[in-house]
Amino acid sequence: MSGLNAFQILNGITFAALLFIVASGFTLIFGLLRIVNLAHGALYLFGGYIGYTVASTSGNFALGTLAAMVVVALLGIVLDQGLLRFVRGYELRQVLLTLGVAFILNDLALVIWGGDTFTVPTPEFLRGAVQFAGLFYPKYRLFVLVLGILVFILLWLLVNKTRLGALIRAGVDDAETVQAMGINIRRVFLATFMLGAALAGLGGAVGGAFLTLYPSADAEILVFSLAVVIIGGRGSLVGAAVGALMVGLLNTVGQVMFPELAYFVIFGPMALILAFRPLGLFGRTA
Amino acid sequence: MSDRSLAAAEPATAPRGSGMRLAIIAAGALFFAVLPHLLPTYQISVATEVLIFAVLAMSIDILAGYTGRTPLGHGAIFGVSTYVVVYWTTVMGGSPWAGMLLGVVAATIVGAIFALLAIRTSGVYFLLLTLALGMIVWGVCLRWTSVTGGENGLRGSVRPEWLSDHLTFYYVVLVAVAVITLVMWRFVNSPFGLTLRGIRDSESRMRSLGYNVPMHLFIAFTASGFFAGIAGAIYAMFNDFVSPSTVALAQSVEGLLMAITGGIGTLFGAFIGAAAIIGLENLVSLYTERWQTVLGLMFVVIMIFAPEGIVGRARMLFRRGR
Repeated sequence: MSGLNAFQILNGITFAALLFIVASGFTLIFGLLRIVNLAHGALYLFGGYIGYTVASTSGNFALGTLAAMVVVALLGIVLDQGLLRFVRGYELRQVLLTLGVAFILNDLALVIWGGDTFTVPTPEFLRGAVQFAGLFYPKYRLFVLVLGILVFILLWLLVNKTRLGALIRAGVDDAETVQAMGINIRRVFLATFMLGAALAGLGGAVGGAFLTLYPSADAEILVFSLAVVIIGGRGSLVGAAVGALMVGLLNTVGQVMFPELAYFVIFGPMALILAFRPLGLFGRTA
Repeated sequence: MSDRSLAAAEPATAPRGSGMRLAIIAAGALFFAVLPHLLPTYQISVATEVLIFAVLAMSIDILAGYTGRTPLGHGAIFGVSTYVVVYWTTVMGGSPWAGMLLGVVAATIVGAIFALLAIRTSGVYFLLLTLALGMIVWGVCLRWTSVTGGENGLRGSVRPEWLSDHLTFYYVVLVAVAVITLVMWRFVNSPFGLTLRGIRDSESRMRSLGYNVPMHLFIAFTASGFFAGIAGAIYAMFNDFVSPSTVALAQSVEGLLMAITGGIGTLFGAFIGAAAIIGLENLVSLYTERWQTVLGLMFVVIMIFAPEGIVGRARMLFRRGR
């Protein structure tokens, strides 16, 4: 058993940044629409594969990432308008429906891209390592950390400083009243759903470059996102950030110190938190 | 009918319907008794599988249908039992019967631990928490290679010699499943089971009537884990092999889909659900490898068009016709 070093802690933090990108989309949809989108992991995987295909054919990482976000946001529209509209208001039916969609999308990805492992190609200037404080660290992982922080700031500004954000916050508290005030809450819902899905796509393209993409990656990232949102609380951005940091670091601790029980190290604390705060650290009653 | 539960509106126990119900149950039992003689030999094991998974689906139904809490981690409880049985008989070299006993005990303990953590939640949170708890079990089974064999799983020789014949094994399983089904039926129709339905319909009212709601939920969950463990132990004998896919999310999902297809809150619907899903799985695999897509499509279609399941839908039509 070896102790933790700075390198491993940085790995945990950069992994947390990716988790935040993915889980923030999940928690936005969960918080406003009351939909637990179990297809979120599949959207991540799709985003990753599309990012891989576009980035490796065009040779442009940014283009790949953009394509991933756009395509997955469109998938989100199809899911919301094409399927979820039929089960609105039934929480459990919504969850189980998205679970079915997750199975279909996962299988579809297997048909299109096969069972091989892919890595999204990164641009030249993000390859290699930088040296600081006596430590060689991969540039790309630092880029993910910066991106995660950037996404947090942008989402925070969006939710707290814009009209759309005000509508989203009002919708979380009381969707009916917002509608009664003459706002088309369905459009706000749809925009949120697209945004949440696009974040999954972004996570897939960015994560696919250092975690690699393979057929069961969707289930893994979904379970991590679930843990983040359960710990942080539904619909809370700060909660998602704190949850992502906890899960990312616990995952590193687990892998380094108790490799055989790594899952236990993440989900044990999660189960405990939930036992004492059923709505998560930053969750509020609806 | 509360929005949170998927249960079909329950008929107030109509004395007129009970004769009808007995007739249907008798017909079902008779059907399963003569079934092996109608099937080609290789499909007898498919019928055996239906019986085993019907028990898993019923154990899920105890929670989903009678307490209004839909679990998504029962595949893990089921699989823990399977792991214990296979490990005990092959690695430890013990007898299969003691192994099955240990498997059921282990599953009951896992069920009790899940219950302790999950009973404070309801609705979507309950589903998510049981899902995450099930994933822990899966992760441990996958990574704890020295005990579980990791991804390769454990191959066993659980089934005793005298049960190696498909037909004999089918009938032994049938008798066991019949007994377990009777016990579960007694359980959900006991005063305790009625209290559970009361909790499903209005938790606050049951609490103010003086019922200890958390204790009832804990016992219901633990009992449900016990029954899932029995199904897992029989599955160990049926399959003689266990791997992480036995405890994976897909297993919990399939079990829940069987319970839903049959009709949540109908208990016996589980047999129809299990037969429909396993039959379809075998049929689909003849033509295509896209079973997962079919499973996903079934979930989507059932959730949109018939969330009350086959038996629930039949009941509704029957009542409307009267």
